[in-house]
Parts: sequence; C-alpha cells; structure tokens
Amino acid sequence: MKLTQEQQAILDGSQGEVMAKVMKTMVMYGDTFGAEEMIPVTGAKGHLVTSFGFGVMTAMFDLMDQLIEAGIVSKQPFTMDPRPMDKNVPSNLIMDLITKKFMYTKQASYEEQLAKVGLESRETGFTCACYFDEVGNVPKKGDILSWAESSAVVYANSVLGARCNRNSGIIDLFGSILGCVPKFGLLTDEGRKATWVIDVKTSKKPEAQILGSAIGMKVMEEVPYVRGLDLFLGNELNQQTRDYLKDFGAATASNGAVGLYHIEGLTPEAVEQGEALIAEGAQVYVIDDDELERVEKGYPLIWKDPDAQPKLAFIGCPHLSLEQLKDWAHKIDEALTAAGRKKVAVPTVMTTPVAVLDKFNETPEAAMLKARGVVVSYICPLMYMNNPLAGKMPVITNSNKLRTYTTARYYKSDELLRQITKGGDR
Amino acid sequence: MAKVFKGRPVVPGKATATALVSQAGFNTLASYQKSLLFGDKNATCSDQNNPDLYGKEMVGTALCLPQTIGSTTGGLVLFSAAAMGRQPACLLFSQPIDSLAAAGAILSDVWTDASMPTVDGLGEEFLAYVQTGMTVTVDEDGTVTVE
Repeated sequence: MKLTQEQQAILDGSQGEVMAKVMKTMVMYGDTFGAEEMIPVTGAKGHLVTSFGFGVMTAMFDLMDQLIEAGIVSKQPFTMDPRPMDKNVPSNLIMDLITKKFMYTKQASYEEQLAKVGLESRETGFTCACYFDEVGNVPKKGDILSWAESSAVVYANSVLGARCNRNSGIIDLFGSILGCVPKFGLLTDEGRKATWVIDVKTSKKPEAQILGSAIGMKVMEEVPYVRGLDLFLGNELNQQTRDYLKDFGAATASNGAVGLYHIEGLTPEAVEQGEALIAEGAQVYVIDDDELERVEKGYPLIWKDPDAQPKLAFIGCPHLSLEQLKDWAHKIDEALTAAGRKKVAVPTVMTTPVAVLDKFNETPEAAMLKARGVVVSYICPLMYMNNPLAGKMPVITNSNKLRTYTTARYYKSDELLRQITKGGDR
Repeated sequence: MAKVFKGRPVVPGKATATALVSQAGFNTLASYQKSLLFGDKNATCSDQNNPDLYGKEMVGTALCLPQTIGSTTGGLVLFSAAAMGRQPACLLFSQPIDSLAAAGAILSDVWTDASMPTVDGLGEEFLAYVQTGMTVTVDEDGTVTVE
C-alpha cells in the first residue's frame, strides 16, 4: 500500500508507539484486502459495535488504557451499539447475578474509557440504529465511514449511499482515530457492483425479515441487485420503506454477510445507475412464495422443549423507529381488545434508542403499551440472550438476526402479534 | 503420505499442530463465548450450530475452516482469546479470509505476544483433504503440509 508522507510518519512513530501500532494494524488490514491507499474518513461521526463491558475481554480494556495513556482521542465523535443491560427488562435473580457478576462486569469502567476516547454521549449514544434522525448519526451519500455493526453498515451503504466496509470491532475505532481507512471492497465503485440479481416474484409484499434472510443465505458477502420489490414498496424512500429496508438489511447481514444491496427504483445508487450496477456474469436468484416458505421452514428450532410456552417476546432487533413503536402499540391494543384480554399473554419487550424512547414517552401510544404490560427498553436483545440462562428460556421474536445468533424462535410479525395477544396456542 | 498446499500468509509464522476442521463457517463469538465466560483454558467450542467443533477443545489446534461468520465482534473475540493465550496454534482458511477474521489475526499479531500464523486461500481441496486429528505444519511462506 502506498502511504502519504504523514501516514508513513505515523507508522514510523512520529506520533508515538501506540499510534504507530494503530496505523500498523490498519495497514496490515488494508494489505490483506489489496488496498492501494488509505483514504480520509469523511462522515461526521463513527459508530462502534462493542458496547458491552464483557469482563473477560481484558485485552480490549488494556488496549483502551494504552490509547488513553498515550493521549489518543478519536478524530470524530462516535455512537455505540446498545447497552447490554436494562433493569426494566424481565429477568430473575440468578440471571441478574450472572449478568452483573460474571458477564458485563466492566460496563461502567469501559463506558468511562469510551467517553475519554470520543463517545458522543453516555445518555443517548447507545443504539444499533444510530442513523435515525432522533439519534443524529446520519451519514450523507458518498461519505466514507469507519463503522462496525453489520445492520448499521448495510443500512448506511444501501439506503443512505455512504461507503463503509463490514469492519470488525476495534478496527471501527482505529479508523476514527486515524481519520483514514484502507480503500477496498465497498469503498470502491467496482466493489459496489452487484454480482447477484434477485428477481422478487411473490404474490404480495414479502416479509422483510424472511426476504432478507433468503437473500443473505444465498449471496453471503456478495452484493445483490433486487428487482421487483419496488412494485410492493413504491419508489419513494419514506419512513415506511426505510423501516422495511432496515429490517430487511439486518437479516441479509446476519443470515449472510451482506454489506450492501441495491433495490431497483428505490435505493439511491439503483435509482441513479439502474442495471448498469449489475456486474457482468452476475448470477440470478428468483424468489417466489414457495421459496420464502422453504426458507422459513428451514430455520432450526433449538429449544429443548419445542412445545414450551414462550416466556418472553422481543420486538426490535435492530431497534424500532418511533413509527414502528406507534404502529405496534395500536396493533397490540386492538388485538388484545378483540381477544378480550387486558394484558399481553407473553411478557413483551420492544427495543428502541433512548432518544426515540424519550419522544415516544410523550405520545399517547406509550401509555397504551404500558397499560397492556409491554416494556419499552433501550437494551440490546442479543446481549440479553447471551446470558446462558436467557439462552435456555423459550423466547420468541420477529427478528431474523436474533433468531440466527441466539436460541430465540422466529415468527412473522403477524404471527408474533397473535402469540403475544392470545397466548401460546399454535 | 504428506500432502502440500500453498496459501497466502496473512500473518506469517511457523507452527505444527493437530488439525481441528470445521467444514461450515466458523462463528467466532458463538464458538468462544462460553469458554471466555467461564474461564475454560482449553477453549472448548460452544457453538451448538457447528457439529464439527461443538464440545471440542480449540486451544493450540491448527484450526482449518472456510471463513468466519457471525457478529462483527468476531475479530475482537479472537484477539481477546489470543491475549489470554487461548488461541489456536494457527488459522488456515480454504477461502480468501473475511474482514472479521483478518482483524482478529492482525490485532493478535500487532497487540499481543501470541503467535497465531494465519494463511488463507488454501483452496477447497485443502478442506476436503484435511481431517481432524491429522498433523499440520505451517511455514512462513504460506506452505501448509498435512500428514
């Protein structure tokens, strides 16, 4: 890789030994993927994936200490993934003990380290959906980013037209510290070309989470160009389509390793360039009703007792938007009224960023959900499920990301609504 | 009889170890989670979705895999394992390395004293040939000998 004079000087130690190691890491990372240069990070803010003070990750806390002792601060403020704990989320004493005494024992001290290095806000800076207006980490088209969190990266690339690779934790921070990242993959025009064409031929609007899962499992880390979906979604990026694409993208990124997708007639690069985005020799994958059903039926159920009554439902991985929260509030309220029930039949947690939660609490729908026994939290459901005891609990969700990383059982949104409002009858 | 494969050294180094083979993508977080949590020095694999590795000790093995999959914390998990001396003896990828595994291997190399030579692009034939229990030797130039 060809470095600028300044980059070379940093590598040679002009800004100290620790900074040289930061640069060395990024140069090796770039060399591995054939990058020829480092380019400036032009997005205003970073976003980091590692939001949890998992006590045994001493290497990470030591590294943070080294950065702080060397006086290194990120060139840009950053947001973080959601916190792993919230006392409002149902648990039991033993679970709490494991969470606090064995798992996330370094949460407070790690957050202090993050604040010293450049965390934007300890109040509102924690969510996977940092790109919501309320949170305010919204990249512009063409911005070069140093983010991690697969669902945020795929959203920034696809829906916002920013440019970011699927980085690992720590690499995200190093790019923000240096203010530059190696240019390869999704940062290049060539790397943003679609090597798969997806023809959606379903009879109705496909469930975002299953469509994303099907595409992710098929194309893995490649770039899909999706045709036929704009018939159902329209050609305008409004709140509804953005929410759909958020959930769709998270499924492509977790069930596969998609970092960028193009939706014909809808996402910015597809609107501008159309089928010119499709690379020569691209493969084709046709998705119809039968294919979606096949994919859904293929999800393994890893509960010990497949007939167990659900003990908890999670809605909101990735975090819900204000509109999604309101929509769910009305749906739950109406379904419970129709079923003649006062409260949800399965304890239900809906997750959203703190900044959205604050706004939501000012709406009538907040009281509606509270009266129905639904908890709204800023927690990361994935990190909650990482507790071995939570992993043994029969948890249900409409998130395909949560399904693929944990023991949670997947239901389509309508079916999940039926489960939580009428009880566990199937 | 020994069979030789040639890959690209991502992190060059030498190692000889017993092969542990995963035919499916290696989910780094799921594989290391329990051993990190409960202080298991042998790094017993806790990924229930990986029948090749589940319940097997990973520390000090020649871990042979196509690519890694799963959470973008993967690189950090590998780095943490290496800092505690619980890393595999080497990482051998049949496919081009993915960005998460690359981060883990490079962070371990630059920021810890652990040795974990990493070679990628060994080809599908490598993964078809190598079996758990075989002896694997890695050289600086990315040559991998299986016997």
